Amino acid sequence: MNRITGVIGALLRRRAAGIAVMLLIFSLVVGLIQPRFLTPDTLRIVMLAIPLIMVAAMGQMMVLVSRHVDLSMGSMLGFTAIVAGMVFRDFPDVPWWVGFIVAISTGAVLGLFNGLVVTIFKLPSIIVTLGTLSLFRGVLFLISDARQVDPQFIPSALIQMSQTSPVFGIPGIVLIAFGVAFLTYLFLDHTRLGRQIYAIGSNPAAAPLRGIRVVPVTLLVFTLSGALSGLAGIMYASRFGYVNPSITGVGFEFTVIAAVVIGGASINGGVGTVLGTVLGVILLGTVSVALPILAVSAFWQDAIFGAVIVIALLIDRSVRERGARSVVAGHRP
Amino acid sequence: MFRKSLVFGLALGVSMASGAAAFAQESLSIVFVGKNTGNPYFDSLVQGFEDACDVLGCEFEFVAPATAEATSQIPFITAQIQRRVDVIAISPNSPDALNQVLDRARQRGILVLSVNGDITGSEEFRDAAILPTDFEKVGSDQVEMLGSLINYEGEIAILSATTEAPDQNKWIVGMNEALENNPKYAKMTLVATVYGDDQPEKSTTEAEALLSTYPNLRGIISPTTVGIAASAQVVQSANKADQVKVTGLGTPNQMRPFIKDGTVEAFQLWSPYNEGWLASYFAVGLKAGTIVNEVGATFEVPNLGTITINELNSINTQAGLTTFNADNIDDFNF
Repeated sequence: MNRITGVIGALLRRRAAGIAVMLLIFSLVVGLIQPRFLTPDTLRIVMLAIPLIMVAAMGQMMVLVSRHVDLSMGSMLGFTAIVAGMVFRDFPDVPWWVGFIVAISTGAVLGLFNGLVVTIFKLPSIIVTLGTLSLFRGVLFLISDARQVDPQFIPSALIQMSQTSPVFGIPGIVLIAFGVAFLTYLFLDHTRLGRQIYAIGSNPAAAPLRGIRVVPVTLLVFTLSGALSGLAGIMYASRFGYVNPSITGVGFEFTVIAAVVIGGASINGGVGTVLGTVLGVILLGTVSVALPILAVSAFWQDAIFGAVIVIALLIDRSVRERGARSVVAGHRP
Repeated sequence: MFRKSLVFGLALGVSMASGAAAFAQESLSIVFVGKNTGNPYFDSLVQGFEDACDVLGCEFEFVAPATAEATSQIPFITAQIQRRVDVIAISPNSPDALNQVLDRARQRGILVLSVNGDITGSEEFRDAAILPTDFEKVGSDQVEMLGSLINYEGEIAILSATTEAPDQNKWIVGMNEALENNPKYAKMTLVATVYGDDQPEKSTTEAEALLSTYPNLRGIISPTTVGIAASAQVVQSANKADQVKVTGLGTPNQMRPFIKDGTVEAFQLWSPYNEGWLASYFAVGLKAGTIVNEVGATFEVPNLGTITINELNSINTQAGLTTFNADNIDDFNF
């Protein structure tokens, strides 16, 4: 058993290394074309572009590992951001940190709702969360009366978290993103509960036989996904300074899923690492910043961005197949 | 029976209360199809419609799709045709995707007004366009605004909405013409025109990239509410408000904090409220026969004075753009 996990660990590390190499090559190529790309300024721009995606990606990765998917993240982000924004607007004396509590707990409730529908009715999560993607967005229009929360209502302390912090001036949302990634690593790799998520995803039929209570663990995973979407929601209010019901979070889930899958998580469950996901998010963020710096025409940007995702997945897949052949065939129970 | 008479009594009371103008037009129903829901800009426009209909006694309803896509308005227009409303006012999301459905509406005798934006090149598919100001002049007005902030000298960039946004593209053409043809702007160089797709994320990244790629950048014109807010936020975060001047088209509520802290000195827009106000008066007058929809014809609108119908049956609510700055921003709430 130890030997097998050791081999899998080596394989996963190699996959993360593959993404890191891709990231390096991409940055060097872009740097050759536009030397200005290889400056600390670019690093700052990339680091500011990724925190929301990274936080949500940790939730999405856990969902994918458990052999589910959460398509409702963008609407959960929008929902939680608007609820937090409305609290700031309607109760102007509320301190900034209350927004975090409101957004995270609202997100947890939405995520739990996803989990309950998936587990009680035994429905595929792709269908359930596709439904709640629209449902949550619709309800958010209703509760917000389709009105945006204007910048004047967002506390300046919250806005400043996207600009600086007492820790070497690194923006607070960047620290939060990497902090969440580290906590996710501790949870997944160093707790029994975390390992159980992998077990459920690797073989849902065998998991109960090994004494794993599938339903509560699945509920936890969806709740965490919602809570982290909520954290991304309050970070959105911090980063962009306003919340708009029809703009905030729209299409967000696709960016997140792309980053997680580039990071090596399998949509077939059981596979995914924090390191890989972090690198996937950084790779995606780097590409999205590189295209405008290269002055790529707006008509081409979407196409190139999509092509980079496909290429990253192809490279990853060929690495994985080579890896799988060299590994003991029976590592899956 | 009781309920029926109650409704009748209510209807009588309402029509009596709303006066003589209402009596002639009490059944006129106006629907405004917005670009998308949750767009604060349209709240003010809708308010103008509502206030005018309160005075005139028309029925008003606002509907809009969730997203501002080219075809997302079609089902909303179809539904209004089936409801047999009298007037469809629409802020079109596309210059040509709506042609067929608008044609069908007009065949059923529905008055079609393009409000706040025109279907340029497809003007025959609407009866008239109510535009906030002369869109031909917006581009040059914006260049003049930025020029005045940077002493008419230095590198400038444009951060727009989507590549196919019809109004923005028209204004960008105007900006380019002004920069090329007017010697006053000879020392201003347009180094880049980029598109943030009206998404805060992409607009922010594009604005960051502009600052990084053009270290000598002196100004950004962003003729879209999402873009100007993102540009202002980026310049504020980078502490470059003194070096890079951000201006463009924005709403006072969205830009208020940036004006207050000095990140943005001035920006422009018009009054969306007046568009709704004018559109209601125009529609009611046209249906009542007191206004003739002919180029060159004029009519009176309370608070706005004499309005002229221009080429292609387009009508402007105001002659030039309104400039918002620290002195006047608190007079506006939209």
